[in-house]
Order: sequence, then structure tokens, then C-alpha cells
Amino acid sequence: MAMDVLIVDDSAAIRKILHRVLRQTDMPLGEVFEAGDGVEALQALKDHKIGLVLSDINMPNMDGLQLLSKLRQDQAFRDLPVLMITTEGSQHKVMEAVQLGATGYVRKPFTADQIKEKLTGIL
Amino acid sequence: MEDKLDQNQIADLVRLATNDVFSTMLGLELKPLESFSVAEPELPPAGILSLIGFAGSWVGTGSMSCSTALACQLADALFMSPHSAVEEEVMDAVAEMTNMILGYVKTELEEILGPMMLSIPTVIYGRNFIKRSLHKREWLVVPFLSGEERLEIHICMAPDPAPPMERIRPGSSKPLGLHV
Repeated sequence: MAMDVLIVDDSAAIRKILHRVLRQTDMPLGEVFEAGDGVEALQALKDHKIGLVLSDINMPNMDGLQLLSKLRQDQAFRDLPVLMITTEGSQHKVMEAVQLGATGYVRKPFTADQIKEKLTGIL
Repeated sequence: MEDKLDQNQIADLVRLATNDVFSTMLGLELKPLESFSVAEPELPPAGILSLIGFAGSWVGTGSMSCSTALACQLADALFMSPHSAVEEEVMDAVAEMTNMILGYVKTELEEILGPMMLSIPTVIYGRNFIKRSLHKREWLVVPFLSGEERLEIHICMAPDPAPPMERIRPGSSKPLGLHV
């Protein structure tokens, strides 16, 4: 069954690249939605039945860790796979994301193969 | 906490970050040139400049600048589509490359300087502009060549003279320097 995906990043460039990478995978994809920050992401998650989230960390309004925390506190999104894709490479940020319930973590810069490999592992 | 940063060490870090980002995201190899320090770095007469602020125990600015031709080449490689003039997608590409390069540098500097934050990139496109830091510090200039086109990363950083508790975000009770 096709799965809808949400890409959360304040960079239009990264959203576009991830969109392309997702289309190159063998995953049965439905629609790919985009959000520019955590606030927009929460709205998109309310409006659509999303099966996977790819999220940046550093974003205005609501960052990726705040978004992740809200999702894990909500019964409806507790098990939703969330892959963090971010320039944040410091160990404490990675640990914080893992403790908050991130399903995976990819550091920018990334290759399409790295993203595909992570998604294969997650799904 | 460090009160001086080794300029050669930072230049090496910038070369490593820039080459990693360019080869991974664009499949492009850059030729590194000799780095140097200068009060006011020259910018290309017609080009694109992307600026990012650093905040933490050290504060300052990092930037990437290049010609419009090279900016279009970066966007071509990043989006796999041709660009002949500076438009939104080209500026997005330059901003994101700057974000990744300086994000990499920030992560490595945190090992020495403690937690830091990066601002969202600001991209400027035009002719005959100059940039100046209010810090009385020189800019470290790390140049590269991509074919015949020159690309430069500039960094100007200094220890933050104000204790973190003195800087409060507008509308927030959280001190800016303590939240990462």
C-alpha cells in the first residue's frame, strides 16, 4: 500500500532534493508533502495520513527536536517513523534526538544512497 | 574555554568541510588555495554572498562567496537541472551549501568552544558590495578553485564579550547563549 511522506525542512533546496531521492527509491510512495518548520509539520500531520517523516533539526518557529517531542507525546504519532536529516552532527544533539524517539539520523551532507539505505532499514 | 583559535586549524577544517560537502552533494572536486587573513576581504564584482551567524561562547560570521557563473553551476549540480541566471533556486542552493559547510565547521568547533548556534543563512546577490564585521578582528579567507571560477569561505570569530545572561532573545526569558 502506498505511503504518504512528510519532508520537514526550512530549506527549499533540501526539500526538493529529498523529494527527488524519495522518488528514486523502490518504496511504494503515495503523496510527498512538505513543511517549512515544526508548526507546519504538525498541521500537515493532522490533515493527512502520513506514514513517514523526514525532518531537519534547526528550523524557525518549532525545531525538529521540539516536533519529535510533541509527536512522541501524542498516542497517534508515538510509533510514526521519524528520520532526522540535519547538519547537527554534535554527539549531544544525536543523543537528544535518539532519547526523544528518533527512528534514525543522517548528517548533511548526504548521498541519495545513504538516505535510501536508512529508509530501507526503517521500513 | 579557549580564548584563541588556531587560524591554520580552522582553515584545515574549512577545507575538509567544503570538500566533503561539494564532493558528496554535488560530485564536484575543488582545488584548495592558500588561506590568509585580511581586514576586509574582497568580494567578486558581480556575485553572490551567503552569510551565517555563529553564537555561543564565541560569536561571529561565516560566509561563502562566488561568481554568478559558479553559483549557477552549483545549482545545476544540486538540482540536476540547468540554471543560466541567479534566481530563487540558485540562491537556495548557495544558502544550503553554506549552511552545510559552516554547520560542519560549527560541529567541529563545538569540541573546543562548547555549544554553539548557527543562524539561518542570508543570501545577497548584486554588484560591488562590501561586507564588514563590527568585531575588530581579521577575516580568515579560505579560497578554492572550481575550474577557472573562484569560491571563498570567510570566517570572522571572537570570544563573546557579553556574559550569556545579558543577552535575552526578544520575547523570551531564555538567555541566547545557553540555548542550543
